[in-house]
Formats: sequence, C-alpha cells, structure tokens
Amino acid sequence: MAKFSLITIAVGAMVMAGAHWVHVDYLYFASYTILQFIVLATAWNILGGYCGYVNFGSAAFFAMGAYSSVFIHKIYPLPVPLLILAGAIVSGIAGFGMGYLTLRLRGSFFAIATLALAVVLQTLVVNWEYVGGSRGAYIIRPEEIEFAGITINYIEYLFGLMLLLAVIALITARTIERSQLGFGFATIRDDELAAEASGVPTLRIKLIATTISGAFMGMAGAPFPYYIGYLQPSSAFGLEYAVNSIAMPMIGGTTSWIGPLVGAILLGSAQQYATVTISSAVNLLIVGLMLVAFVIIAPNGLVGLVQGWRRAWRKP
Amino acid sequence: MTALLHVDNISKRFGGFVALDGIELAVEPGERLGLIGPNGSGKSTLVNCICGTLQNESGSVRFDGHVIDGLAAHQRTHRGIARSFQLPRPFHSMNLADNLRIPLLYTVHARLGPLRSAGDLDARCHELLEMVGLAKKAKQMPRDLTQVEMRKLELARAMAAEPKLLIADESMAGLSHSEIEDILALLVKLNERGITIILIEHIMSAVMSFSQRLAVLVSGKKIADGKPEDVVRNPEVVRAYLGQ
Repeated sequence: MAKFSLITIAVGAMVMAGAHWVHVDYLYFASYTILQFIVLATAWNILGGYCGYVNFGSAAFFAMGAYSSVFIHKIYPLPVPLLILAGAIVSGIAGFGMGYLTLRLRGSFFAIATLALAVVLQTLVVNWEYVGGSRGAYIIRPEEIEFAGITINYIEYLFGLMLLLAVIALITARTIERSQLGFGFATIRDDELAAEASGVPTLRIKLIATTISGAFMGMAGAPFPYYIGYLQPSSAFGLEYAVNSIAMPMIGGTTSWIGPLVGAILLGSAQQYATVTISSAVNLLIVGLMLVAFVIIAPNGLVGLVQGWRRAWRKP
Repeated sequence: MTALLHVDNISKRFGGFVALDGIELAVEPGERLGLIGPNGSGKSTLVNCICGTLQNESGSVRFDGHVIDGLAAHQRTHRGIARSFQLPRPFHSMNLADNLRIPLLYTVHARLGPLRSAGDLDARCHELLEMVGLAKKAKQMPRDLTQVEMRKLELARAMAAEPKLLIADESMAGLSHSEIEDILALLVKLNERGITIILIEHIMSAVMSFSQRLAVLVSGKKIADGKPEDVVRNPEVVRAYLGQ
C-alpha cells in the first residue's frame, strides 16, 4: 500500500519533471485533458466497475464541480486547490443524493436515472443567470502564479494539480480494491441478495461508492473553467465526458485500478492526436469504434485480455 | 418462552395474492425442523420474511429474545440467522476462499470487532472449506464446481457467518441419492455443533430422516406441526400435500 503510493507519486513527479523539461505549452494542454480523463474514468470505475452500477451522468458531476468553481469565483476568487475541495464536496453530496434516490433501481433503470439527472441539472444551469446561464461564463486565467518566490506558468500549475488529482484517485482506487470495502463492492456487483445474506450492508456501501465516485468527478471538473477560460453548459455537460468515462474503463478493464488508467491514456491520446491531425469532431467516432471493437474482441478490456493470455501461458 | 425463533402470526401478500396467512411457528434452540409444502405454498416467502429479504405486513418475528421486524437482511445475519439459497448464488467473480471471506469480514468482524488477522482469516476459510470437503478447490472459481459442490459452497458460506440458526432452502433439489446423503450428513454434523436448523425440502426421505419435527404449509397456512411420523399420517396433510 505505502509502496504503491510512493511509486505512483514518484511516477507523477517524473511526469511533472519531464513535462517541465520539454516545456511546450501545447503539451500541457493536451496532457491536462488526458489526466482529467484518468480521474474521471477512475471515479466512474469505483461505482461502475467495482459495484456494477453504470452511471451515464458523469458529465453532470463533472459540470457540478466546474460550476461550483464559477459560482465561488464570482463571489470571491479562491485558489484552485480550495475550489477542487469545494467541487469534491458539492459533487460528493450530489453523488450521495443520487445514490439515495436510486437505491431501489438496478441495471438499466439506474443508468437511465443517472442520465435523467444530467438532463435536469443542465436545464437548471442553463436557466441560472448568476453562473452565466446559456451564454456561459468567462473566467480570465492569470498568466502565471507565484509560489514561494518561484513564478510558474498557470497552465503548468493546472497541469500539476490535475496530475496530483490523478495520483490521489489511483491510490484511492487501489486502496479500496484491496480493502474490506472493495470486497463489499464486488459482492454488490456479483449478487446483492447473497451479499445481504452474508451480512454486507449493501445500502450503506452503495452510498459510499456513489459519494466517492461523485466527489472525484467533481474534483476533475473544478479546475476546468480556469483551463478552458470560457465555460458554457453545453461544454461542461458535454456528451464526451459521459461517453469517455464509460468507454475508458471498459476498454482498459473494469475490475482493477489499472484498467481506467490504461483506457484513459490510450483513448485520450488517440483523441488528442485526432484533434490535431484530423478534427476534434472525430473524437466521439474514435471512442465509438474502439468501444465496439473491444466489446467484440476483449469484453473484459485490455486487463482481461492480458490476464487471459497469462492464464493460457501458465497451463499450456 | 425459550424458543430461539418465534414467528408470531405473520402475514404477507403480493397484490391480491395472500402468500402467508397468519403463520405461527416456534423453533427451540438446537432443534432440527423440517418445513414442507407443495410448490407455491409460501415456504420461500416465510424464509424471506424470517431472513429480512421481505418484510412481513402483520405479526412479528422474534429471534433470540428480540423482535427483529423491520431489520434489514444483513442486520439479521449479524444477529445470527444464516440461509442458503434455493438456487446457489455464489459471488461469481471470487474464488471459493474469497466467497467465504465475505461473511467473515462483514458478519463475524462486525460482531466481535476486527479480531482476526489476515492469517486467521485464511485459516478460517480453509477450515470451512475442509468441513464441506472443498479444501482442494479453494483457489477455483464457482463456475468450475458441480451442482453438489455448489450446494456445499452455499452451506459453507452460510456457516461462515457463525449463525445460531441455519435455514437450508432446498439444498438438495436435483441431486443424486448419494449426494443427498452427503448433504444430510453435513447438516447433521452442523446440528451436533449446536446450530438450530430449518430444512426446507421436497425430498420426503431426506426430510423424514433429518427432522425431529415437521411443519406443513399449504397455500400460506400452516396445517400441521408435530412429530414427522404423525404429521405424514395426518389426513389433511395427506390430502393437501401428498395428493389423494
């Protein structure tokens, strides 16, 4: 556990140092998006992969994080780390609420309810003048930020924060996976009735999952207005967030923390590449095609595929 | 009243269908009770009401001196009621040892506090698998098991919660004669350790050899309760259940 955290933090620090060494602004922009998807995919997987509850409303939690930043920025601009904390609280509470309201729903009914939540929230935000309504809100990002006498580029700062979030999300996911809670999550995925009969408080555990998952999505969304500079409902509630946070764990593999990581890096990079070389409109096409391909070739994702190979290798 | 389980006049309906109609049942500590009745007579509904999967609408269930109405299924498991399911419901994504780890982690821990170390947990899982003769398959997945092994896993998982009362819901349906003997021997062994057992079964030879007392449900009503040999001779039972 401690070893894993150290390794993850070390890798994070290396990425940070490497990026600083290359020091191309575009690289920060592109990697920020990928890191953001690592957080989103990992958060989705805590509920969707570990517990088996498919959430189609990721965009809503992401947007709640983003809009809580806009809201606070309008009152009094706080430093971004505090905004991330605020986003976590807002989306965590929303996750808890969603879990509480949909406790009796299973399978596709739960998925539909989460989709409905996203639509309802988007309608609310569109009609909420204070945070910009349908026109959207501008947040002027400072050029740079000073840190104990060192001036760093603001986009590098945001990149660093998102990198830190990704590290925290991955450590959290892996810790859960190996804990009593992780075993409880897996019983919910396998058979809720048998879980209850074995003494697992399925209701409480499900609420823990929806809260943690929601909170991380909110954290991923909180710095977004600063990153993009202009936030409008259609970009914060974008289809790409909902689709990507499902597709990335599916492609990587949903049973382990490494699945969402691999999926996010793979799909995220492919999308960034396509944005530069072809057009950003082709992004969702890539996701769709890869999802179809993986459902056919590797229904358990890349992790499942590799596990299958290793098993075949061991007993020839 | 010294009964371990006291089902007091409970009723349950599904829409217009009365599944249980004023059931009265007491089970003494250490007893082996057989519960029989034709399909659709309400046996499983009764089990579900005792275990908390369903909540009874009227009447009450008392267990170990406490009224447990309104408690969720997992809370009743913590109190000491364990069940096996009619159709085995293992945790598919976990190997056999991990299947048993769940009740140990969530019920035994909850009851005693986290006393067990990881080593103790492994040892206990192994011991339980040993008891049902599945020790060699600890690392295998439930999908690799045969029907009878699946039933044994189901019983082992119920036992892992260290219950006072075990409800075995048709744990022998579809098994061969020797396999039934296997499961029966296992249940008797558990009973000798002081666990009260309610056996729900269609196979009469098994029920007759196992039960000290027999209760009969027909369309949501209890029509007989007593010594097995008397109950099967009861004309009402013969007419309703055995068909005449």
